[in-house]
Amino acid sequence: MIEAQGLSVTFHNNGRAIAAVRDVSFRVAEGESFGIVGESGSGKSTILKAIAGLIKADAPGITVAGRSMGLKRSKAERRLMQCVFQDPYGSLHPRQTVDDMLREPLLIHGFDDIADKVGAALADVGLLPLHRYRYPHQLSGGQRQRVAIARALILKPRILLLDEPTSALDVSIQAEILNLISRLRLSYRLTSILVSHDLGVVAHMCDRIGIMQNGRLVEILDVEDLRRGNTKKKYSAELLAASVGYSRTSS
Amino acid sequence: MSTDPLLEVEDLNVSFFGQGETTLAVRNVSFTLGRERLGIVGESGSGKSTTARALLGLIPSPGVVTAKTLRFAGQNLLGLRDQDWQALRGQRISMVMQDPKYSLNPVIKVGHQIQETYLLHHQASADDARRRALAMLEAVKIRDPDLVFHLFPHQLSGGMGQRVMIAMMLITEPDLLIADEPTSALDVTVQNEVLRILDDLVTDRGMGLIFISHNLPIVSSFCDRVLVMYGGKIVEECRADALHKAKHPYTQALLRAVPRIDHPVRELSVVSRNPEWLS
Amino acid sequence: MSNTEILTWREWLTDDAPASRRQAVTGNIYRSVRAVCSNSAAVSGLVMIAMLILVAAFARQISGDASPIAQDLATRLGAPNAQHWFGTDELGRDIFARTVYGARVTLSIVLLVSVVVAPIGLAVGTTAGYLGSWVDSILMRITDVFLAFPKLVLALAFAAALGPGIENAVIAISLTAWPPYARMARAETIAIARSDFISAVVLQGASTPRILFRHIVPLCLSSLIVRLTLDMAGIILTAAGLGFLGLGAQPPTPEWGSMVSSGRDVILDQWWVATIPGIAIFIVSLGFNLLGDGLRDVFDPKST
Repeated sequence: MIEAQGLSVTFHNNGRAIAAVRDVSFRVAEGESFGIVGESGSGKSTILKAIAGLIKADAPGITVAGRSMGLKRSKAERRLMQCVFQDPYGSLHPRQTVDDMLREPLLIHGFDDIADKVGAALADVGLLPLHRYRYPHQLSGGQRQRVAIARALILKPRILLLDEPTSALDVSIQAEILNLISRLRLSYRLTSILVSHDLGVVAHMCDRIGIMQNGRLVEILDVEDLRRGNTKKKYSAELLAASVGYSRTSS
Repeated sequence: MSTDPLLEVEDLNVSFFGQGETTLAVRNVSFTLGRERLGIVGESGSGKSTTARALLGLIPSPGVVTAKTLRFAGQNLLGLRDQDWQALRGQRISMVMQDPKYSLNPVIKVGHQIQETYLLHHQASADDARRRALAMLEAVKIRDPDLVFHLFPHQLSGGMGQRVMIAMMLITEPDLLIADEPTSALDVTVQNEVLRILDDLVTDRGMGLIFISHNLPIVSSFCDRVLVMYGGKIVEECRADALHKAKHPYTQALLRAVPRIDHPVRELSVVSRNPEWLS
Repeated sequence: MSNTEILTWREWLTDDAPASRRQAVTGNIYRSVRAVCSNSAAVSGLVMIAMLILVAAFARQISGDASPIAQDLATRLGAPNAQHWFGTDELGRDIFARTVYGARVTLSIVLLVSVVVAPIGLAVGTTAGYLGSWVDSILMRITDVFLAFPKLVLALAFAAALGPGIENAVIAISLTAWPPYARMARAETIAIARSDFISAVVLQGASTPRILFRHIVPLCLSSLIVRLTLDMAGIILTAAGLGFLGLGAQPPTPEWGSMVSSGRDVILDQWWVATIPGIAIFIVSLGFNLLGDGLRDVFDPKST
């Protein structure tokens, strides 16, 4: 469904070239849930943005549903995948109501029955009709993230890209949102890529997990191998050990 | 003398008045702290940061702090005047915040900022202060203190910035360090290094540490004792290594809501809140 | 009974779970209006500007039978008296009537300039900021060229080239006033364009004009309005300056700047000829400045 082949992304800043992602290759099968973990600056979000077509890859290296995709995409190609972002405060337009935000994608793609579809999308993510005409500042963090999920799914995409969807939320809200994403993923048969710095979240949500360090994909592990600690590379083992908690004895 | 608790808090309340309503941010919080690592966990809005600010006299003006007892090393903190607070803060009680980026002055070299902090509280020559600052940078495991001394805050990575902050807060050798989410902005591998530095300093210097975090696994593995806060109240107090045996339904639910690598579950359990917890 | 009715109205407006789009939008407007009304600077500015508008609208009624252009050389340079409240000028015209009618001229200048400046600045700034690369470079260098000239000198050159007259003065002022707006809109757009909610509409397949006009422009508007209000005083002064130099409104149009200019020769002996329109300019400028300051306090994104 999604294939990255030798994907590299370089940012140019004041004449300096910074390689954010270097020669990364992986495949995500239809219906699969793929996870990418790494620390800040490892390039994990950059990969997601390149797949989404928000930033330019150095060379065409992304194939989605059999088609090579660059930065310029048709409306139909855009509809294929949608994204949920990290910051529930920055991902909703501050001057638009929930209703406005959910109508917009339907208007762009010329749907009819817009009012009904918006209502159904809200119900899908567990929001009530009373939330429909609220502005983002009248919603809690968890509710905002639900709106973002509703917005991503209202176009019925086949692929859902999740960029740290719960890292700004409290544990209890995180559990609710992760359960919601799992349920929607199953009922809409979505293929998904989840990016996170939290190994626990990725292990909970994904079948296979890619570990990133300094722009490179260190290794790809099955979730069972990760749970058992069957890592091949030293960095993965370090990351795994650090994620379990603080240990006074080890040096 | 040394058996006396470092900090005694009894019935601490913090309330904010605004638009005809009174919001109780902290309700009847009582605890004592020795020379140990005390963790305070809770979700956002649970009052954990407000509690810490109250201990430093940093509650902004519409907020009102009341308590039956608020005593630090035998000194009564209730009704302290501003200048008394200033003498206490930074000197005997220090605080490390979540993000070093906002706590350091962006246009002054970090070494000079540490040096300044020392000179503010001690009668010493500039040379002396400089030596102390370098020694402190070394104490927080910075490999090349001479180099880091001359860097500006924006040239530091997150982990390095947090170490510099800790160095700055500890140069006055406080008796109590309050760390408010000191590692939340850091990567996991760096996080553990910073925790180790804090750990060693507490052990070596016999400091008291209040460690505020929303991250239960870290608190349970790092601290000696844990207070669990919910809605401004302490709902549970227990030994950190026994946190997984916590009795309060909120603590239990919170623990179950954390996705864990070693315990796969099909669905994460959700915290259902009981209004009785607040009564 | 009416009391409960008012209460339900307010409840309807401040409901945090509106039942319709209309209620949400009006509720939001209500909150902004209340915020503006609770700011004393904004309210006093608003009152001054409301007075300007009222005076302009009812100029005929206010000035009674006195005409702003009727000359009466027998009573020229008369001191303020019961018949001519503010005295008469060098051609014996009633200064009170001229000042009152001058409000119309000032108001039309203000309106025309804002109608021209805001869209140009917004279009240039948001386009440059959102598209970036060479489009940005070209548009911003053009903006820099305009910014490099002192405002009044450039307006003077335009007015001289286009010929004197109030329309040309408006065009000249507008041409010199838009660059700061473009700069500001560009800076805001660059920040907004980076945010996730813009990425989300890009992913939905929205076209560039749609993103610009439906998602970016509404966010730039509030600071633009604040800036425009703060600049109004400057615009009025520039218009007055052009009038003073004889390149704005032409005689016998009662324009405050040219009135000050004509009173200059007699300022020592007949102070009222120049002072009265000067005070009018001062009050209106102050009104716009106060309103701008107040609006800035209310709409400042940092405070919310």
